[in-house]
Amino acid sequence: MEVKEKVIEKILLLIALSSISILTLIALFIFGEGLPFIWKFGPIDFLFGKRWVPSHGEFGIFPMIVGSFWVTVGALLLGIPLGLACAIFLCEWIPPLAAMFLRPAIQLLAAIPSVIYGFWGLMVLVPLVRNYLGGSGLSIFSGSIILGFMILPTIISISEDSLRALPPSYKAGAFALGATHWQTIWRVLVPAARSGIVASIILGMGRAIGETMAMIMILGNAVKLPTSFLDSARTLTTNIGIEMGYASGDHRQALFATGVILFFIIMILNSSAILLSRRRIG
Amino acid sequence: MRSNRFRFLTQSLAKTLIWAAALSTIAVMILILLQILVEGLPDLRFSFFFESPKSMGREGGILTTIIGTVALTLVAIIVATPLGVGTAIFLREYTRESRISRVIRFGTDCLAGVPSIIFGLFGFVFFVIFLNMGWSILSGGLTLAAMILPTIICTTEEAIKTIPYSYREVSYSLGGTKWQTVTRAVLPSALPGIFTGIILSVGRSIGETAAIILTAGSSLVMPTSLFSPIRTMAVHFYILAREGISMEMAYRTGATLILIVLFVNTIANFLLNRYIRHRI
Amino acid sequence: MDRQIQNSKLKIQNLGILVFLLMLSLILGSGGCQRSKAGITVAGSTSVEPFAELLAEEYMIRNPHSHIYVQGGGSTAGIEAVRSHAANIGMSSRSLMGTEKSLYAVTIAKDAIAIIIHPRNPVEDLSLEKVREVFSGRIRNWKEIGGQDHPIILVTREEGSGTREAFQKLVMGEEEISLEALVQDSNGAIRQVVSGDPNAIGYISLGLVNEKVKALRISGVEPNVKNIESGRYHLVRPFLFVFNGEPTGEAKAFLDFVICPEAQELLCKEGLISILSTSSEGKVGSQRKGY
Repeated sequence: MEVKEKVIEKILLLIALSSISILTLIALFIFGEGLPFIWKFGPIDFLFGKRWVPSHGEFGIFPMIVGSFWVTVGALLLGIPLGLACAIFLCEWIPPLAAMFLRPAIQLLAAIPSVIYGFWGLMVLVPLVRNYLGGSGLSIFSGSIILGFMILPTIISISEDSLRALPPSYKAGAFALGATHWQTIWRVLVPAARSGIVASIILGMGRAIGETMAMIMILGNAVKLPTSFLDSARTLTTNIGIEMGYASGDHRQALFATGVILFFIIMILNSSAILLSRRRIG
Repeated sequence: MRSNRFRFLTQSLAKTLIWAAALSTIAVMILILLQILVEGLPDLRFSFFFESPKSMGREGGILTTIIGTVALTLVAIIVATPLGVGTAIFLREYTRESRISRVIRFGTDCLAGVPSIIFGLFGFVFFVIFLNMGWSILSGGLTLAAMILPTIICTTEEAIKTIPYSYREVSYSLGGTKWQTVTRAVLPSALPGIFTGIILSVGRSIGETAAIILTAGSSLVMPTSLFSPIRTMAVHFYILAREGISMEMAYRTGATLILIVLFVNTIANFLLNRYIRHRI
Repeated sequence: MDRQIQNSKLKIQNLGILVFLLMLSLILGSGGCQRSKAGITVAGSTSVEPFAELLAEEYMIRNPHSHIYVQGGGSTAGIEAVRSHAANIGMSSRSLMGTEKSLYAVTIAKDAIAIIIHPRNPVEDLSLEKVREVFSGRIRNWKEIGGQDHPIILVTREEGSGTREAFQKLVMGEEEISLEALVQDSNGAIRQVVSGDPNAIGYISLGLVNEKVKALRISGVEPNVKNIESGRYHLVRPFLFVFNGEPTGEAKAFLDFVICPEAQELLCKEGLISILSTSSEGKVGSQRKGY
């Protein structure tokens, strides 16, 4: 009986290690394909090279890093203010009846597939940008807007959770001191929920950087280094997504190498988010 | 100290802005969904779901893609659930906060953050090439399983957390072993929570595209085995929309996709709020 | 009550064992198992893919017990897949190069590349040199070639695409396509972009041209079947089925179907050029090794 219990415990331990083993497997295979290439090609040339022309053996991903950066920044510029506003709205000012519909609605929006957002962007947003702002419409600007909307549910729900989790005494204390509702929110509640809000932003950033399908549809995917918000661009993810199907040999390894860089960036982001939220709870 | 009037002015301004921001955000989100639903819903017939695609998807229905989506999701759930539940049981019942549990949690949290294109790359090089499974339901399903694992672990853990210790006490006091306690006292009560996690994962799997294209292929033919390549609804929608083969079909597929995702997730959220008292 | 707990525990145990065995069998079965599905796999060029799918559909209607799986991946990947026996038939939208020439290739159709612009764009005709200058980025404004005063938006396929390689070889020669060009991952997507943007220019399979875009004349030559067959329009590339050695069995049966008049007529309806033509290049299935 004892033996059986011990055996079960060991089996469960093995099963529990599955998530970390999968993670290790992923890292192993992606790094296994990508790292040798980075080593062979030269990390400086790879990371800072401005030309991506696989047919000539040129594999510089700097334009993609810049593209990812600007698209994410743009998405955050849209997502943070709107997200925070909605979170505050949901927490403080919403009529309770509407809350019953709105909160689940936001959760549902988080589940809408990215290809739907991308499609909408292609059909509606891109022509609008082209007709009113110039260029082809397939640009960092359009991508940022769509991405901003995609990360909104993440930012909203986690920020709202953080605001809700605050002890009611914060609010009561502020009111007792004669603060207006807005002053309470802006100067007491939001700063107090700061770590949760920041965690939500980092998670949103992670989602933004990792988005592929919608970005392939909307960004235009030009390989040149983007110089304005209306330029077309590529992100690290779309670079992989758009050429993976056809690549072989060095080209394929270069795409895995792009994956390696992406993996690193995401790991750093996620670890910081985890650390931040752990500190909040624990 | 600012004057009273200024304070209240700021408040009104802020309130207006926030209301405006929130309402416009919600409006845009609804618009996005509406645009596809309006174009796609009116022409939907039941036959759409039961016919196979013909002529590269220009005619017929989306039967094979529905089957593909279901098959893929099933494989993913069958593989991920035991792993996820087992992990949660181990974390909650068999250890305290220790090195091991921290490592496991770190692994789970990180896995949750890996973007789907990386899963796609991994699934491609590991399942399709290394294990020689080719582009198949199996490759896609296993990749998907890795993607939904963190969700199942998380929800199961939350479900187990809500079960009062007294359940276990009773079982121990009656002479039950740990495993007996887990399987007879804890798990049955946690089942609704586990189920919720599964439904949540289903919701996510349906919309997944990048990883699926790289691992399950994009064949429109009715699959004959786990090793057949298959196209899911989301992938079909993407291909139709991009190739411009048939905008009508694209809208219809998109509308179907939205409806299914909304339906599944509404159930999931309902279950979530009912059986797992704090929000995840 | 006890019986119920007993029963549910039994059920959970049984379920657990079942699942464990299932997973075990999956992992074991997959390792050694070569994709044991019946039927053949056709993989490669996404330009050929839709037509291959159509042909496969027709073939499977006539032969209900066969299964033909068509997938993309690109010409190069398809050729590789055939070489490594991962696929039975490879599809290619370009001629074989280098070591690939040892494989057995059959031309199943010919496809022209059309340079397309928006229907409202006043330009009708460009010489090949001008097209080259446009796509390399030396000509940047439509007014330089008879259009309106507006920057030119280039649209191209992604690296690795057979269509892009064909375009590169037939039009660009040694010159590079401008890095500023928008990149789309399918012919259909290029067509979509060009049909929506009055200042865009791109290239797609002639077979995919519809009323939403306009195909340019090249040095006065209209891209149509007559001009292609006579050789006056020379932006033409072969669609190949590639085999590892002489085709046998189901693969051969499918190939025979594809080059028969009925199937060829189907392809013509879709906008391809049949190999069953009186052109100097095409013979009925150019079955030469190392095409």
